Amino acid sequence: MDTTLKVEDLHKKFGAVEVLKGVSLEARTGDVIAMIGSSGSGKSTLLRCINLLETPNSGRVYVNGELIRMKPLQDGTAKPEDIKQVERIRSKLAMVFQSFNLWTHRTILENVIEAPIHVLGLPRKEAIERAEILLAKVGIAEKRNFYPNHLSGGQQQRAAIARALAMEPSVLLFDEPTSALDPELIGEVLQVMRKLAEEGRTMLVVTHEIGFARDVASEIVFLHKGQIEEKGPPREVIGSPKSERLRQFLSATRH
Amino acid sequence: MDQASLFSLLSFGPDGWGMRFVEGLVVTVEVSVAAYCISLILGLIGAGAKLSNSKVARGIADLYTTLVRALPELLLLLLIYFSGADALKFILSLISEDFEDFEINTFAAAVAALGFIGGAYMTEVMRGAILSIPNSQIEAAKACGMSRFLTLRRVILPQMLRYALPGMGNLWLSATKDSSLISVLGNTQDLLFMGYRASAVTKHYGFFYSVAAILFLAITIISMIVIKMLEARVNRGYR
Repeated sequence: MDTTLKVEDLHKKFGAVEVLKGVSLEARTGDVIAMIGSSGSGKSTLLRCINLLETPNSGRVYVNGELIRMKPLQDGTAKPEDIKQVERIRSKLAMVFQSFNLWTHRTILENVIEAPIHVLGLPRKEAIERAEILLAKVGIAEKRNFYPNHLSGGQQQRAAIARALAMEPSVLLFDEPTSALDPELIGEVLQVMRKLAEEGRTMLVVTHEIGFARDVASEIVFLHKGQIEEKGPPREVIGSPKSERLRQFLSATRH
Repeated sequence: MDQASLFSLLSFGPDGWGMRFVEGLVVTVEVSVAAYCISLILGLIGAGAKLSNSKVARGIADLYTTLVRALPELLLLLLIYFSGADALKFILSLISEDFEDFEINTFAAAVAALGFIGGAYMTEVMRGAILSIPNSQIEAAKACGMSRFLTLRRVILPQMLRYALPGMGNLWLSATKDSSLISVLGNTQDLLFMGYRASAVTKHYGFFYSVAAILFLAITIISMIVIKMLEARVNRGYR
């Protein structure tokens, strides 16, 4: 199968603190990779480095085989060589945020058609048709003309997933998508994500939901202090963890 | 003079001042709107400069807002009007002798000066509004591949409006009143100037200044209704 996303030796420092210490990762088409780890392990930073919401200090990111070209700077940081390339690649890497980040001044439908029209150049009519299918798919078609603030957290997150899908991305990046939700709303979002995994979408999911990772992921990656401590199929990683740290982490997390 | 004849002075006929006051009202609104539009543009540029990474841009914007906000508006108006006119004449005279009799258009100069003053206050209103936009809204735009300009146009500007509108409304009301400062520049035909002329000719000072006052009040009341409607519009989705 094709490699959709490849990350090589990614390093990221915030000031003097090294948050990522050389992380490599590969997602083939249809893979669902769950990234787990305690807070501060660097899993969200890794996700944000992939679509360059954070700029890694060094390392390489390939999307559909295309390298994001970076230029090292004097002070040890780096910056993209070509922002147009970054924008084009970002449009293939849709992101779902922990706190949804729907545009609060636009209705749900407007949120979903915004980037397809203005970034992809889709005709408005087509974008609306696509959006309506997606909103129905995540189960909030009847909320299309509501503003985000008038929806529950779970509904907002499902709308955010529809917004991400509307870009027809190569990879879906989920940054703790259920962490800001009330417990009774988590299930509806996980159910949508499960459906997407079953469709064979390539997903990278930072999550605290060990149960979801075990049941849905094709691979689990355990990050600890900026490095991959252990990775493998869920059955092995959850069922018989090799690393002591992962054992501690799993026993501390109810699942 | 009885009340009936006092009001007959306001008639729209050749002997009345009614038409002149309408003209004055139009001039005041024109000056206010034109100056306000300039201040919107300067405010946007100023806010952009203050939030930019460039030290030079920030320095110029700081100098601009500090100077303008430090000096009385009337003093600034006179300074810009006279020194600006002299500077322009000097520059034009260097280009060609044809411009020696060049006379600066009072209306245009007054509008430019008022717009320049308003722009400094607008800079601060817009800077604050842009800073109020949660970063998460901008990250969402970045994450789906929007360019900086597209993000500005589709996310930052519309969201900024919500935070900026109360301040912008205030500045509009100030602009309508500050427009009356131009009456010191001479024959400006604005509302206050008409009040002054009518009073001076008829000696009914209290009456004609009151007429001017009522018309200013009318501008303000209409403005407030419009501002309220705009605020309701940009706050859809937030209540």
